[in-house]
Amino acid sequence: MADNTDKNMKAPVLDVQDLGIDFGGLTAVNDLNMQVYDGEIVGLIGPNGAGKTTVFNLLTKVYKPTRGKIYFDGKDTAGKSVVDINKAGIARTFQNIRLFGNLTVLDNVKTGFHNVIPYSPITAILRLPKYFASEKEINEKAMDLLKIMELDKYADYKASNLPYGAQRRLEIARALATNPKLLLLDEPAAGMNPQETAELMDMIRFVRDHFKIAVLLIEHDMKLVMGICERITVLNYGMMLAQGTPEEIQSNPEVIKAYLGD
Amino acid sequence: MKEKSSVFSRFGDKKNRGRLMSFALVIIAYIAVEVLLKTGSLGSMFSSLLVPITCYVVAAIGLNLNVGISGELNLGQAGFMSVGAFCGICVSGILANSISAGIPRLIIAIFCGAILAAVFGFLIGIPVLKLQGDYLAIVTLAFGQIIKSIFMNAYIGIDTEGLHFSFVESNFKLQPGGKMLLNGPMGATGTQKIANFTVGTVLVIVALLVVYNLMFSRSGRAIMAARDNRIAAESVGIPISRTKMLAFVTSAALAGAAGALYGLNYSTLVPNKFDFNTSILILVYVVLGGLGNMTGTIISTVVLILLPELLRSLQDYRMLIYAVVLILIMLVTNNEWLMTKWKSLFSGKAKGGA
Repeated sequence: MADNTDKNMKAPVLDVQDLGIDFGGLTAVNDLNMQVYDGEIVGLIGPNGAGKTTVFNLLTKVYKPTRGKIYFDGKDTAGKSVVDINKAGIARTFQNIRLFGNLTVLDNVKTGFHNVIPYSPITAILRLPKYFASEKEINEKAMDLLKIMELDKYADYKASNLPYGAQRRLEIARALATNPKLLLLDEPAAGMNPQETAELMDMIRFVRDHFKIAVLLIEHDMKLVMGICERITVLNYGMMLAQGTPEEIQSNPEVIKAYLGD
Repeated sequence: MKEKSSVFSRFGDKKNRGRLMSFALVIIAYIAVEVLLKTGSLGSMFSSLLVPITCYVVAAIGLNLNVGISGELNLGQAGFMSVGAFCGICVSGILANSISAGIPRLIIAIFCGAILAAVFGFLIGIPVLKLQGDYLAIVTLAFGQIIKSIFMNAYIGIDTEGLHFSFVESNFKLQPGGKMLLNGPMGATGTQKIANFTVGTVLVIVALLVVYNLMFSRSGRAIMAARDNRIAAESVGIPISRTKMLAFVTSAALAGAAGALYGLNYSTLVPNKFDFNTSILILVYVVLGGLGNMTGTIISTVVLILLPELLRSLQDYRMLIYAVVLILIMLVTNNEWLMTKWKSLFSGKAKGGA
């Protein structure tokens, strides 16, 4: 925490304060404090069951927090719905891939533009000029995103027919379509081979620089986490165990203990 | 850049082919029927079925939007048809003196039927579409039954003093010269038959345009996204209940329009005509034609309405054969080997299936 005094000069895009959630008697996340700044890639790691995905679900309002506050872009997000939080600028991918399986790859990305380039159903039914202008823009932007994620050759494939790694990249493309300020990636490299993972790292860096967004990612592949994250937060049993640069985390005795046992 | 344009054209072709096929089918069928009518080679039984077929096609296209595209089961499509039918009959009866020409009155009646059915759909959808699961099926099933009971107990008439309405027959009195529009369980009697096959065909084309234009748009993608993965759809900012409402209300409106056309094709119409069996029948047309497949829906509706008539000579075995044909169609359309053979006949090359 001491290392980002320079970053404290500007407000964080995401500011989590004393966040906690209980499921019945079970405390899944407790006393979590973390900040993500503009243009940063932050890692969220921890052993299985540490509550990482629960944090993502709290940030995107799938769960309502029992305690604590989440500020996004300086505003309290209490009372917002999943849809609202996406409109506000948080987009996510899922650990267990959730694509629109019966839609084409291109249409999957196009759904992401729902609130970015809106027009009414009446415009669609009557095929007013605005329909053609909007669809043209959506088409071009969606194809650009597919190119970035190297999926353009699959554009008219059914999403469920894609290879596994490509499905993960498609989820990222769809999330980027919603024009987020903060991108949450839940195990983006799961099931990828080392070469695919290396390509993915380049893509995440490119996406961050190109769209000027912050990235918060959950990942078990330490090569990826240590390779691209500027800061890392470690969770264990729902509590924050450590926070710092990759070097600090790697040499932290608490973290080593949590991962390897006594 | 070259690659990009080829992707687009392939993609566009694929989407357009299904659309063009269904429009071509409707227009060719219309021309064929008109020629047969002109030459007098169409029997009276078949010519009397023409308008009902277009009505059921429109209702089935609407239902396919809700069941196939939106993925919500609706067991009350006949209920929405009856709302449209009796609304259309009343509107036509009220306007009979001011607009004597049949076609404009028919169009106004169809429009009113669609609007009223859409309003009913909206009211039902408010509580139900917030829920997940099969609640819509249960509620629409109940709606079909309730709306039938309401029309069986409704008395509507028009006389010099204006419009009269009552649920109790003894309270209902009209001035001499007044006209009964809806007579309780007897339904609508003495309706002027102003429906015709041309208007029916135009309505089918309008229904196809509405559904296709909706499907290949922002709203259509949202509807299909909400069907395929609710959680992911919300995560990209798609409001689920509003999206499902759009599909449901559009579906109800199309059923209402179909009902109005149907009601104005007969001089008498009883509320019992639109019972649960009719809802299920429309659902069978949709499932057999293929969920989300509008061309298939049109074909299956026409075939399944004509089939019992064609089998009339078999008398008692008629419904047995009908059932066997249904089962055979199900088996054939679910056979992957046959379907890939069938598809390769049209597309020429297998692509994207790996």
